[in-house]
Amino acid sequence: MWQLLYENLEQTVAVILFGIGFSILLLQRNLIRKIIGLNIMDTAIYLFLASMGYIHGQKAPIVVDGITSTVAYINPVPAGLVLTGIVVSVSFTGIMLALTIRLYRRYHTLDIDEIALLARGEDA
Amino acid sequence: MTLVHNFPFFSILLCMAAGIFTSVLKQRAAKALTFAVVAAVLVLSALTLRLTLTLEDAYAFMMGHFPAPWGNEIRIGRLEALMATGFSAVMLISLIAGMWHTPTVVSEQKVNLYCIMIDLALAAVLVLIYTNDLFTVYVFIEIMTIASCALVVVRQNGHTLVAITRYMIMHLFASGLLLMGIAMLYGITGHLLMVPLHDAVAHIVQTGEHMGPLTVVIGLITAGLTIKSAMFPFHGWAPDTYAFAPPLSSAILSGIISKSYIFVLIKFFYRVIGMDVIVSQQITPFLFVCGVSGMIIGSILAISQRDIRRMIAYSSVAQIGYIYMGLGIGTDAGVEAALFQMLVHAAVKSLLFLSAYELINVSGDRKRFRYLHGAGYRNVPAGIVFTIAAMSMVGIPFTGGFIVKLNLAISGIAMGGWMRALVLIALALSTLLNSVYFLHTVVSIYRKPTQEMEYPQVQKTPPHVAAALFVSALFIIYLGVGSEPILRVIETGLRTFS
Repeated sequence: MWQLLYENLEQTVAVILFGIGFSILLLQRNLIRKIIGLNIMDTAIYLFLASMGYIHGQKAPIVVDGITSTVAYINPVPAGLVLTGIVVSVSFTGIMLALTIRLYRRYHTLDIDEIALLARGEDA
Repeated sequence: MTLVHNFPFFSILLCMAAGIFTSVLKQRAAKALTFAVVAAVLVLSALTLRLTLTLEDAYAFMMGHFPAPWGNEIRIGRLEALMATGFSAVMLISLIAGMWHTPTVVSEQKVNLYCIMIDLALAAVLVLIYTNDLFTVYVFIEIMTIASCALVVVRQNGHTLVAITRYMIMHLFASGLLLMGIAMLYGITGHLLMVPLHDAVAHIVQTGEHMGPLTVVIGLITAGLTIKSAMFPFHGWAPDTYAFAPPLSSAILSGIISKSYIFVLIKFFYRVIGMDVIVSQQITPFLFVCGVSGMIIGSILAISQRDIRRMIAYSSVAQIGYIYMGLGIGTDAGVEAALFQMLVHAAVKSLLFLSAYELINVSGDRKRFRYLHGAGYRNVPAGIVFTIAAMSMVGIPFTGGFIVKLNLAISGIAMGGWMRALVLIALALSTLLNSVYFLHTVVSIYRKPTQEMEYPQVQKTPPHVAAALFVSALFIIYLGVGSEPILRVIETGLRTFS
């Protein structure tokens, strides 16, 4: 069991980080902490993906010196997926921060429960 | 390959291009362009549907220059074309009936952005319907989440801000689960396109190697998509978001966007994993139980609401429960009933939100039931279409809702055992509960106001808006009396799905 986890160290770490990330995202009441949790969660997935595409001892998939054999390079697809994912998570972080700024300007707190309580008193 | 074969691709491209051009146009032109694009998408989808009805099987359309199993492709079959046609029709009607309220809820400078988000949402819906690639699914789900966030938050008050923050947290969590699932699936199969994935998954099931990770993948992706479509225990974000958004956004979000997540889930079940594996992994009983509890508890929560918009939003939770019950039955007949319910509910729910807003508008912008007394007389067309939509919700014959319940009951009876009993009891109980709150609403909008209340004079509903509402109501009645061809398209389409 431990041997298996150690052999797949990157994946194990990624799954643990994923768990930490989503617990922070769901359980913390502070909005900034939630956003940090979101980023930890997403980064864990990118670590998972990137480690899956990496083949030990092989090079980045850029053709140099005319070597075209696939054995020479690592799998480029996960790297492409990670890049796409990073773009997505950057834009989501931006949106969440913008929402946080709006909420803070309106309610002068970052605590989501407090904000919900304050909002309930308003007219719909 | 004829010109018509390219139409699904054109319709996706058209929406995305319109989104770009809308940002630099004047306000009137932006609105006109959005209308034109949605109408064009409707025509293109209808022509695609006509083409696919003449074809024996679905066809794949290569995007870019890399053939399968490396590149990206979309797949066009009659089920996809039917859904695209239905959803774009609902979108067009919602736009015509909902856009005239934008000056009161959307500030002047934001109208262009609002139009962009509508274009983007439609593009994402179309891609999710047609795509054959799992990573494209992830990317466009994220685009859809951004678009729906903007559609809601365009109305700037505290309630929408809080609701959308909750919405975003749940959706980002769900996206994380989904992406993790896709990453693991890629890890054990090495594919992202659905056809090679299906073969690889079949191989895994046959040899039994990596069966554990496969179960985790199914769990992760199912959880992600069910959270995003507001299935019962995960529905917490939905009612406030639907209730406090602008009327047009509520109609789009609850009518179309939540359904496209379910369509993706059905695609995942049939085209990636295979429905037999899903049934043998005990996923369907879970969906069934959640669906049934959603039908009952969603309705009970809807009864306890005093705000008409929240009542409609909670009834949405109950109606999503019907879809998941159909999926949870696990047979083709059950899934067909669920797919038909997706079409019916898209039309009915958008119509309910839009006509309820008309009724609120003539009651001095007050949303409580007691202020809505007599609203059906103050705005006659909205009252009539609200009544028709409510009748479909209850499941009165000659409306779409009746056919849904009939089909669900038939597919449940075919199952036998505890499932048969539960399906029938759940249907009976939820119909009873539905009639409690919808008929109560209809009665209260046709009741004479008890005390003298001042209702401000408002602009009358323009004739084109009333016409759009009536067309939608007629569509609901058509789904009730002429459902046979549509059901047949769903049945034959689903057969080519796996």
